Amino acid sequence: MEFRYLKDVVTLELDSEKCTGCGLCTHVCGHAVLAVNGGVVEILDRDGCMECGACAMNCPVKAVTVRPGVGCAWAIFNDWFKKTGVSEHQTACCD
Amino acid sequence: MDEKAAWFKGWKQSPVGKVARISTHMGLKDKLGGCRVRWGIRRMHYSVPAGLYAVGEPDSDSPVLVTANYKLSFDLLRRELSGRNLWLLALETFGINVWCAAGKRTFGTSELVSRIQKVQLERVVNHKIIILPQLGAPGVAAHEVKKATGFRVRYGPVRAGDLPQFLDNGLKATEESRRIRFSLWDRLVLTPVELVTAWKASLVVLLLIFLLSGLGQDGFSIAGALSRGFTPGLTYLGALLMGAVVTPVLLPWIPGRAFSLKGAQVGLLWALLLSLTLASSWSGASLVGLFLIAPATTAYFAMNFTGCSTFTSLSGVQKEMRIAVPVIILSIVSGGAALLLGRFL
Repeated sequence: MEFRYLKDVVTLELDSEKCTGCGLCTHVCGHAVLAVNGGVVEILDRDGCMECGACAMNCPVKAVTVRPGVGCAWAIFNDWFKKTGVSEHQTACCD
Repeated sequence: MDEKAAWFKGWKQSPVGKVARISTHMGLKDKLGGCRVRWGIRRMHYSVPAGLYAVGEPDSDSPVLVTANYKLSFDLLRRELSGRNLWLLALETFGINVWCAAGKRTFGTSELVSRIQKVQLERVVNHKIIILPQLGAPGVAAHEVKKATGFRVRYGPVRAGDLPQFLDNGLKATEESRRIRFSLWDRLVLTPVELVTAWKASLVVLLLIFLLSGLGQDGFSIAGALSRGFTPGLTYLGALLMGAVVTPVLLPWIPGRAFSLKGAQVGLLWALLLSLTLASSWSGASLVGLFLIAPATTAYFAMNFTGCSTFTSLSGVQKEMRIAVPVIILSIVSGGAALLLGRFL
């Protein structure tokens, strides 16, 4: 079963000039967003990206960049409340 | 080290001293513990000590697997390793699973590097390869681990169940095992925690319904609260169930992409079902209230499931919430106003 989330929102970027085509980013991606093609990596399926940050983290030449984060409404709520000083700490699913 | 733990199988001598040997068998207590934490009960203290463990009779050529010290992760891993000889390195993730800990960087480069140094891994094995779960990759920079320790990171499959194949296949993961799935069962086991998380707020909501329903022309009466509060209470509990359990389970089959939108549709069906059965004698204002509040409530709980899912991005959920949260609030507030006007005017 293929799951799709919102279109045209993710912050994933690839600098083909820097890419050495090592392909480690394609190994760590859980959604086959990236693929090696002709010695360099290309973005195959941008909307499949969940911005986990694994590719950017493991790119030795920083050719892949993304603003990493967790797509979790609870965590975002906590962020909002922290900014307004309402909540110091709330228990979210992952805490 | 808890030597009484069912997974503890005595000590193994190694070049760096004695190492706890662990069982690959899941006992009843392990299974019950797993069940318990799935319901969110004392989930934050379900861990094993960080450090090195032995599975079977490992030697200096045996593979090294890295994992989190969440007991549930530890259990899911070790039960796949029966009949094998290998080393297991548990990182201090404070009882959090690999993926969530990687997101917080506690399953991360610096913990991995310092743990390797602390257990003196280079004295335990001859080779320079450590195997990490793929879901740990958001927290670990393989090239930095190599630079700091000399150990090369090999990312294994997403799921522990695919590890035996990975190990037998010369540390090659199949395309299939690299994909993050979200099966019906995966979604179902995550729903109890959603319910438990919502429990406290739900008590407040139910109490509010009870109090408001009890108010009549002649003041507060418990009989009135129970008779008039029954349907609104049921409506709320149903909306909670629709958003926190039914929507997640039916996720791929509900139209739309935003979770709140999926939830709102299920909530609308719930409101329809109620209006055709229990609420057939309701006033117009009450029906307006029902159709404004139930879908919004379900949408809210469905939206909260984004954090459990395996494919939503931070940017996406932020976009969804910027639209959904004001709509949900507006819908609930105006629905509440309709209900109160209908009751007291």
